[in-house]
Amino acid sequence: MAIRSRLRLLVATRKGAFILHAGAARTRFTLDGPHFLGHIVHHAMLDPRDRQTLLMAVSTGHLGPTVFRSTDHGATWQEAAHPPQFAKGSGRAVDHVFWLTPGHASEPGVWYAGTSPQGLFRSEDHGKTWEGVAGLNAHPMLNTWSGGEQDGTPDGPKLHSVLIDPRDRNRMYVGMSSGGVFATDDQGATWRPFNTGSKAEFFPDADREFGQDPHCVALHPLRPDRLYQQNHCGIYRMDRPDDRWVRIGDNMPRDIGDIGLPLALHPRDPDTAWVFPMDGTTVWPRTSPDGRPAVYATRDAGTTWTRQDRGLPPHHAWLTVKRQAMATDTLDPVGLYFGTTSGELWASRDEGTSWRTIARHLPEIYAVEAAEI
Amino acid sequence: MTVEVRLAGLLHTYTAGAATLRASGTTLGGVLTDLDRQFPGIRFRIVDEQDRMRRHMRCFLNNDDARDLATPVNSGDQVYIVGALSGG
Repeated sequence: MAIRSRLRLLVATRKGAFILHAGAARTRFTLDGPHFLGHIVHHAMLDPRDRQTLLMAVSTGHLGPTVFRSTDHGATWQEAAHPPQFAKGSGRAVDHVFWLTPGHASEPGVWYAGTSPQGLFRSEDHGKTWEGVAGLNAHPMLNTWSGGEQDGTPDGPKLHSVLIDPRDRNRMYVGMSSGGVFATDDQGATWRPFNTGSKAEFFPDADREFGQDPHCVALHPLRPDRLYQQNHCGIYRMDRPDDRWVRIGDNMPRDIGDIGLPLALHPRDPDTAWVFPMDGTTVWPRTSPDGRPAVYATRDAGTTWTRQDRGLPPHHAWLTVKRQAMATDTLDPVGLYFGTTSGELWASRDEGTSWRTIARHLPEIYAVEAAEI
Repeated sequence: MTVEVRLAGLLHTYTAGAATLRASGTTLGGVLTDLDRQFPGIRFRIVDEQDRMRRHMRCFLNNDDARDLATPVNSGDQVYIVGALSGG
């Protein structure tokens, strides 16, 4: 195993960003921050291709959306010269940048950003300038697919889960809440709904071509034909070329259900995934079922699930974990992390078996990413 | 036309802390464009890509609320750019 001594956890919150530093043993974390105190940070991501470029999606309650860049691990920041913005005359305006994805390994400097309302943007200069992906943003069906700007999550409909097939930079997927999963084979020039098998139970016709609400979609880097998603209506897996989502959440305990927001994958085992179930009944509380938080892990691609709650509060803990707020590192054993809307950051260094808090009293956590320098 | 621009604190990171500035233009939009020339990026924090004043930003020309970028300005006018009372 390669020893990586500098693990960073990039924690985006409603009131700024924080960076936790740790060695490979992950026994002690030190907190750096806040960066951009008072700003709404939706996502922070380190470029795994150069392990140097750090991008942060930032807005405030007053000012417009933007992207900040750092090439010295957060010591200094520069604002994008041309942040993501819709075409003039389209009538649409970016409210906030929600998601950041580094591009394909063969395209250094390329990044993608997903926004609220739903839009996809591309940068070819390490995030300094951004242009809309017209094949999606100007698609004549976009409004029909997404339901318009009144449909979506409470703080605005979002384009998220920008996934790139590591074998083919032209093959990409995005998730839209609402709208569903969409796929392209020509790097965004054309798109098609990719939702067969996933439910949209909030419509009269639950089996639809589009209109689903994927909360978080993931593609396994070592088996790119395998995708998982935590959806508003369950947990699913797809093994292409059988382009049909299979509801593996049906194998979760009935009293827990298979509703949640985040989903995380094991970096080396395509059969292993973690979810953080939350109450999806009645008015969708989105808190730990019965106030007893737990991560659930599958080691067999969703056939069976194991509860992992050692170290987590046994009761009266109504935790909410947002869709970007659960992450894995690539160490061995894999470290698993999640951040709560109540500002706690939880860590496991034994693949979810046991948990401890590594930061408390942070602002509302929006996103957590693990990066190795 | 040269006007005096007074900026609320939430934009001072763009002006190295300066609260009072000079900018040129014949309209409010022109003044904002000149401000952006001097302080790159500042306009997009005030006005969106469809040239609409952001929801929680306000511009005042002298004492009048000015939301239309085509609003004419005259030499000696004062433009106030402030954050609306909102948020939490």
